[in-house]
Amino acid sequence: MNKVVASSISKKFVMALAGLFLLIFLPVHLGINFMLLKSDPEPFNSAAHFMATFPLVKVVEIMLILAILIHIVIGVIVQIQNWFSRPVGYRSGNRSKTSFFSKFMIWTGGTIFIFLIIHFTNFYFIKLGFIEGDPENFYSVAHQLFAIPGYNIFYWICFIGLGFHLYHAFTSAFQTVGLNHRIWTPVVNFVALFYAILIPAGFASIPLIIWLF
Amino acid sequence: MNITLEIWRQKNKETKGQFVTYKLEGVSSEMTFLEMLDYLNEKLVKEGGDPVAFDSDCREGICGMCGLYINGRPNGPKEGVTTCQLSMSVFNDGDTITVEPWRSKAFPVIKDLVVDRTSFDKLIEAGGYISVNTGAAPEANSILVKKENADRAFEAGICIGCGSCVAACKNASAMLFVSAKISQFALLPQGKVEAKERVRALVQTMDEFGFGNCSNTGACEAECPKEIKLVNIARLNREYYKAY
Ligand code: FES
Repeated sequence: MNKVVASSISKKFVMALAGLFLLIFLPVHLGINFMLLKSDPEPFNSAAHFMATFPLVKVVEIMLILAILIHIVIGVIVQIQNWFSRPVGYRSGNRSKTSFFSKFMIWTGGTIFIFLIIHFTNFYFIKLGFIEGDPENFYSVAHQLFAIPGYNIFYWICFIGLGFHLYHAFTSAFQTVGLNHRIWTPVVNFVALFYAILIPAGFASIPLIIWLF
Repeated sequence: MNITLEIWRQKNKETKGQFVTYKLEGVSSEMTFLEMLDYLNEKLVKEGGDPVAFDSDCREGICGMCGLYINGRPNGPKEGVTTCQLSMSVFNDGDTITVEPWRSKAFPVIKDLVVDRTSFDKLIEAGGYISVNTGAAPEANSILVKKENADRAFEAGICIGCGSCVAACKNASAMLFVSAKISQFALLPQGKVEAKERVRALVQTMDEFGFGNCSNTGACEAECPKEIKLVNIARLNREYYKAY
């Protein structure tokens, strides 16, 4: 049984499922973030309040945290194994035609991880009560952060990393769970491209719009 | 033409190797890559040197023995060919060509450009076969096979086990090779009988030898001299899930 759990394919299967689950969450989060564009803090704060208190959301929240942890832990294990699988590298590098974004998954993933730590410190850990702050007024916390130019630059870099990560992740997850089809795979790849551009662009546009108007 | 070769030289498994530069004059564009290496070796032997060790057997793209990593790609710059099928006509006068052995934990270097591919043999032993009673050939029409499935199994079955997929993959993963074995059998009625045992044994053996985890980069598909496709890896994944 252990061999199954730890097998290369099983690990990737779990990692892909966790990743696919996270893909569903991002548009929801983005939808809430768009409320930051309103001058009235009430809609955003009540959405945040709803997300923090509604019982069903609580269950989803636990699943999300688990998915993030599982995805990261397996991702790091898989990457370390992959580094060890070629102890001596090539002097002439690698000029094979490969999917560009697939080359940096650990690094784009790492960028997202750093972002999450800072993001959690600013919001989620306050909500959980780990850090002091007012969980009922995340609207003003977000606006304060977006007023710092350095934070915005960091924010945009992270979302470029997210876009890179998402594009390969989206297509790759389907292949990993065994779905590769003559007609549907090109459709999935197309949707992946849209998703990987629109979602990060959506997030990144919010501080820009706030700053411009 | 005149070329410069940078070739990995390594005495044996235990010693550390290094690159050695050779200037080679009078190379014909009509030579194959291996003939060029033969030509270099003749020259080295004449000068009292140690010839460069490399593998080859059929020299016509069938046996899968000859793979070399040439200028950053398995089997050099041309697609769909093995190293023995690579013509020197793809290079130009004055070129520098870097020649390296396959690099993978599962393919340790034995000498110079020769690697130990026992791991692939063990994979074949683990699941690259069907158990059949040999005897008279059965009536062909007694087991019907859909043309499409026969074609797909055949497309996977032409894998020659050269290891280009492992060599190209940034993770040194053997998934394309293993998936070719899976497709070769899984699509045919004769292969269905042992489908579960086969996929379990193959994946377990693959992991034990320390091949990397596939991250769907597609380098294997791009470099496979027999142009075996990534869809086979998706099928391998499906077969694996079905086996548990
Ligand atoms: S020597 Fe047989 S495939 Fe190249």
